Amino acid sequence: MKVDIGIVRRRRGINRVMLALCVLAALGSVAVLASIMWELLSRGVASLTLATFLQPTPPPGGQGGLANAILGSLMMTVTAIVVATPVGVLTGTYLAEYARRSRLAPVVRFLNDSLLSAPSIIIGLFAYAILVMPMGHFSGWAGAFALALIAVPVIVRTTEDMLALVPDQLREAAAALGVPAWRMIVRVTWRAAARGIVTGALLAVARISGETAPLLFTALNNQFLTANMDGPMPSLPVAIFQFAMSPYKDWQQLAWAGALLVSVSVLLLSILARAMAARGDR
Amino acid sequence: MFSEDSATMDRPEEVATRIPSGLKLNLPFRWLTAAAAMLVVAALLAMLAILAVDSAPAFRRFGFAFLVTSAWNPVTDTYGALAPVTGTLVTSVIAMLVGTPVAVGVAIFLNEICPHRLRDPLAIAIELLAAVPSIIYGMWGLFVLAPLLGRHVYPALIHWIGPVPVVGALFQGPPFGIGTLTAGLILAIMVIPFIASVARQVLGSVPPMLREAAYGVGATTWEVARHVLIPHARRGLIGGVMLGLGRALGETMAVTFVIGNAHRLSASLLHPGTTISAVLANEFTEASGDLYLSSLVALGLILFAVTFAVLLGARALLARADRRSV
Repeated sequence: MKVDIGIVRRRRGINRVMLALCVLAALGSVAVLASIMWELLSRGVASLTLATFLQPTPPPGGQGGLANAILGSLMMTVTAIVVATPVGVLTGTYLAEYARRSRLAPVVRFLNDSLLSAPSIIIGLFAYAILVMPMGHFSGWAGAFALALIAVPVIVRTTEDMLALVPDQLREAAAALGVPAWRMIVRVTWRAAARGIVTGALLAVARISGETAPLLFTALNNQFLTANMDGPMPSLPVAIFQFAMSPYKDWQQLAWAGALLVSVSVLLLSILARAMAARGDR
Repeated sequence: MFSEDSATMDRPEEVATRIPSGLKLNLPFRWLTAAAAMLVVAALLAMLAILAVDSAPAFRRFGFAFLVTSAWNPVTDTYGALAPVTGTLVTSVIAMLVGTPVAVGVAIFLNEICPHRLRDPLAIAIELLAAVPSIIYGMWGLFVLAPLLGRHVYPALIHWIGPVPVVGALFQGPPFGIGTLTAGLILAIMVIPFIASVARQVLGSVPPMLREAAYGVGATTWEVARHVLIPHARRGLIGGVMLGLGRALGETMAVTFVIGNAHRLSASLLHPGTTISAVLANEFTEASGDLYLSSLVALGLILFAVTFAVLLGARALLARADRRSV
């Protein structure tokens, strides 16, 4: 049999070119991450001072920091996660423990997935319609509500997945000992899946602490240091948006400082969640 | 042991105390979990209902014309959704056209080419791209990507492709750096980690026999990927692309930073444009007048409907891909 060297060479050539493109795609993606981190560090660290943490946001040209935005973000994120975690864990428990064979479960699961993939700005629109409009003013509560709506489906999803990994033998063993179903869930399956559930909550925190869109017309913004959840509340992402889009150099620098803070906390949370999940696998 | 049993048999009241405590809480706990689930259901249904009710005035006033006109004028109180809807679709299509091949390339690299020791760190780095908040992409796009494109890439596009008939119309005008194309490219970067992660899973689930058989008859790595892995995982890949598309359609902050926010419809991708989410982010808090607000909510409803349809499609495809691989 005669081998056509030309064809072999061409196939090898194509192979080499296409694989090189694949390598390039991967390198390019990593390069984007590197570039983002580089910009954040080089521009953010320079404008990160003690005043950033201690002083409220300044008027254009003035001196100031991000203290009010940091406080607002913390308060709204904590409120949201405190509300979302029980709802999410209980819903996940319902799906994984009680509704296994019910026809309701696929419906709940589907609607939860819809909520998970709903654009976050639509969630903000909803929070505006049912909280801001009736109350007549923007408020931190409305912002926290919008964030909670984003966090719940994340927690539902991970809780259900994690509970599904718990072997049924554990449940049967508990039932055989005469343990009531609710206690079996609380003391056996929740405990067995605890690490996964915490991972889900951490991922939810990471997700909502960078969210801007749902806060734009719920919590709005506020240039004063305030712990009043019943009024307009500043947050880091919204402050970053306002300052980065402004023409003032010192505002833009504060925006970079805020961006660095948000990114570092979000990335640390993601890495922490990943590490916990990995340890759970072992 | 035996004696203990017989002892309790003598006193039935002690048997009663051995019945596990807390049985009474069984039903309440069950209802508690069901109530939480119903809360999730209610939230989504309420969201749909409120969007529908609040957008009704705009649809009643403008009817079908709302979808096909591009007038957006708060002064004369006339609104048409054509510009933002087009912007949303065009930026998302650009994101998919650019992002999909890159994401599949990343997946092929990680699954087939990458040395084992590098595989995990690189996969984590690419997944961290998915964790970066969208506002950070917006800033990076505005301060880094847009100037780069405006200075080095767009002038070349205008020079070389601009004079070409038909296609050239897409690349006209001054190279600002911000505009529809930049927004599409930022979205492409943002969906890459999502598509790549699905692609890695579905490409990895192709039966090893097929792969080995292909290598056995002398196929090159690329030929295995192109003619065996990708066709076999086709359905799952499309599902992953649709998931990415859902994200791109609804993305707000990154787009708002770099698209330029102009309600004018324009053929050139280099001109500023707008998207549904960018309009909402920019105008909602300042909207005065019921019809203005209602038109904005109507935009939201359109966006929700489109992302919902895309999610349905993605789920159907991924579910069928799952069933096949089992």
